[in-house]
Amino acid sequence: MTVLEAAHTSLGGFLAQVTPIQAPEIDYAAILPMLIVLGAACVGVLFEAFLPRYQRWSWQVALTLLTLVGAGLALVVYLRDNPQQGVVTLAGVLSVDRPALFLWGTLLVLAFGAVLLIADRSVEPGGAFVSHAAVRPGTIQDRAQAARLGMQTEVFPLTLFALGGMMVFCASNNLLTMFIALEVLSLPLYLMCGLARRRRLLSQEAAVKYFLLGAFASAFFLYGVALLYGYANSVRLRDIAEAAAGTNRSDTLLYAGLGLLVVGLLFKASVGPFHAWTPDVYQGAPTPVTAFMAACTKVAAFGGILRVLTGAFQATSWEWRGVLWGVAIVSMIIGAVLGLTQTDIKRMIAYSSVAHAGFLLVGSIALTGEGLSGTLFYLLAYGFTTVAAFGVVSLVRTADGEATHLSQWAGLAKRSPLVAGVFTFLLLALAGIPLTSGFIGKFVVFSAALKDGMAPLVVVALLASAVAAFFYLRVVVLMYFSEPSPEGPTVSVPGSFTMVAITLGTVITFVLGVWPAFVLDWAGAGGFAFSTT
Amino acid sequence: MLDPYVPLVLMFVLATAFSAVSVLVAPLIGPRRYNRAKLDSYECGIEPSPQPIVGGGRTPVAYYLTAMLFILFDIEMVFLYPFAVTADALGLFGLVEIALFIATVGFAYAYVWRRGGLDWN
Repeated sequence: MTVLEAAHTSLGGFLAQVTPIQAPEIDYAAILPMLIVLGAACVGVLFEAFLPRYQRWSWQVALTLLTLVGAGLALVVYLRDNPQQGVVTLAGVLSVDRPALFLWGTLLVLAFGAVLLIADRSVEPGGAFVSHAAVRPGTIQDRAQAARLGMQTEVFPLTLFALGGMMVFCASNNLLTMFIALEVLSLPLYLMCGLARRRRLLSQEAAVKYFLLGAFASAFFLYGVALLYGYANSVRLRDIAEAAAGTNRSDTLLYAGLGLLVVGLLFKASVGPFHAWTPDVYQGAPTPVTAFMAACTKVAAFGGILRVLTGAFQATSWEWRGVLWGVAIVSMIIGAVLGLTQTDIKRMIAYSSVAHAGFLLVGSIALTGEGLSGTLFYLLAYGFTTVAAFGVVSLVRTADGEATHLSQWAGLAKRSPLVAGVFTFLLLALAGIPLTSGFIGKFVVFSAALKDGMAPLVVVALLASAVAAFFYLRVVVLMYFSEPSPEGPTVSVPGSFTMVAITLGTVITFVLGVWPAFVLDWAGAGGFAFSTT
Repeated sequence: MLDPYVPLVLMFVLATAFSAVSVLVAPLIGPRRYNRAKLDSYECGIEPSPQPIVGGGRTPVAYYLTAMLFILFDIEMVFLYPFAVTADALGLFGLVEIALFIATVGFAYAYVWRRGGLDWN
């Protein structure tokens, strides 16, 4: 026997002992939309690496829009082939159930609108993004590059990565996956906030603030996950729910963990007392990115909140619901009252989003079928209105960029009746006036809360809506009944991208307002519940 | 019966003793050569401030890039070691998975390389 043979025999003996590890079952059809988005983001990085500079923009825009359409088609095909949706796949890590599919659809459509705004290069010559974000603001190089038409096309893969993270976030079935998804969606957003072409110091300040506070909130979230793991010996939502249903463990870990976890989630959703970053970041970030953040991040964050609250903490809802009542009230009051004092249109919409987050939280803590479908509908409706509203904000400009100070909007209806009309309609939708999607959204959420015995909360919500309506209507009055100042802003003629995004948002805001039944049916169709097996 | 925590305590004692001995003995037997670098905040790498005026007084971003690349490949190794140990048991599925994983890390590397992140001037 030669040495080689001996070696072969012993190696064969070794190999024979190996018991193969079973690969987890993966339902590729179910997770295909998510895989398409994340895969295309990687392809986008390769485009950045290997395409010459002048070709990048067109390739990236084509790739990103095709990806969103492709992922949407994959979602539709899956919905058609599998009427019994609700599969838990990837070894129990992802739960692709009906709410998750609805949220994915919402995210993809909203991201489509936001990407159109991001891709636009006609409103701001060269696009809203600077080509060299590292150049120090105020220097000669900075003034030179403000006039150059180049643009940082990395925003497209970054958008796709963030979107992929959001999709994982609202489908994740255990807290650790949720944390990874939270980071995947947050890190690109921090970067994108700092890339504005105009008012770069404000933009960079926004990015740093968002990053620091976001990292802080992530730590809260992770600490909560650790405590809950100590409580339940598992990070799976189902296991936590089962452990909480038993009574033989110390509740301290459970409630401390829940509290920290929820703080992390509420931060991302810019709810109530955890909203401090929202006005600064919404104001400083490039307007298309603000639209993306305001619409899609809110959808993902509330998707996560709904899933965690119903999936893991339904049994203990009597213990924590009072606290979230308080948070919702604080959020609505902060949003409505501080919104009154704002003089910047982007900050005003930011405070409006804090108030809306409070309304959404009212629906989220109802923990009934109606609460779930109402909140999902509200997210869809609010997202479209917001994307369109920020689209309009990007149109009203002076020579220095966007005219975001409210006084500059005076008499806008005389300069551009159409833009003023569209913006009035969107503001009415945000205020929740009938014949807009905002009214239906508030109606379904508040009626779900009423049915679940939260009448006092609904009264506060209605009062907050009334206060908030005042500052929306103030802008309307300003646009229609004030004299325009002679050196006031001009209204740019939107390029086709921005035009499509604003039209899409406005039309859907109107359609959901007059004919909401089809989406409500979809969102509320029987058995619309989270599956956490 | 030995308590399972005894080795841990022993480890702590050893660690403390090692660091104490290192710190106490080094001044006694080590050579002493004083220079300016010894008085800096960090005894290695660049001085934190002031940076040259030509760079706008800012720390060169290339340092962060190097650190990021290091972390990137560090994490890759963290996953490659357990894969290497169980490569047989994982079979073809594991091979495809790890190839995909290396590919994604490769995309990031290709981006840095093509965009001049590795040129040091």
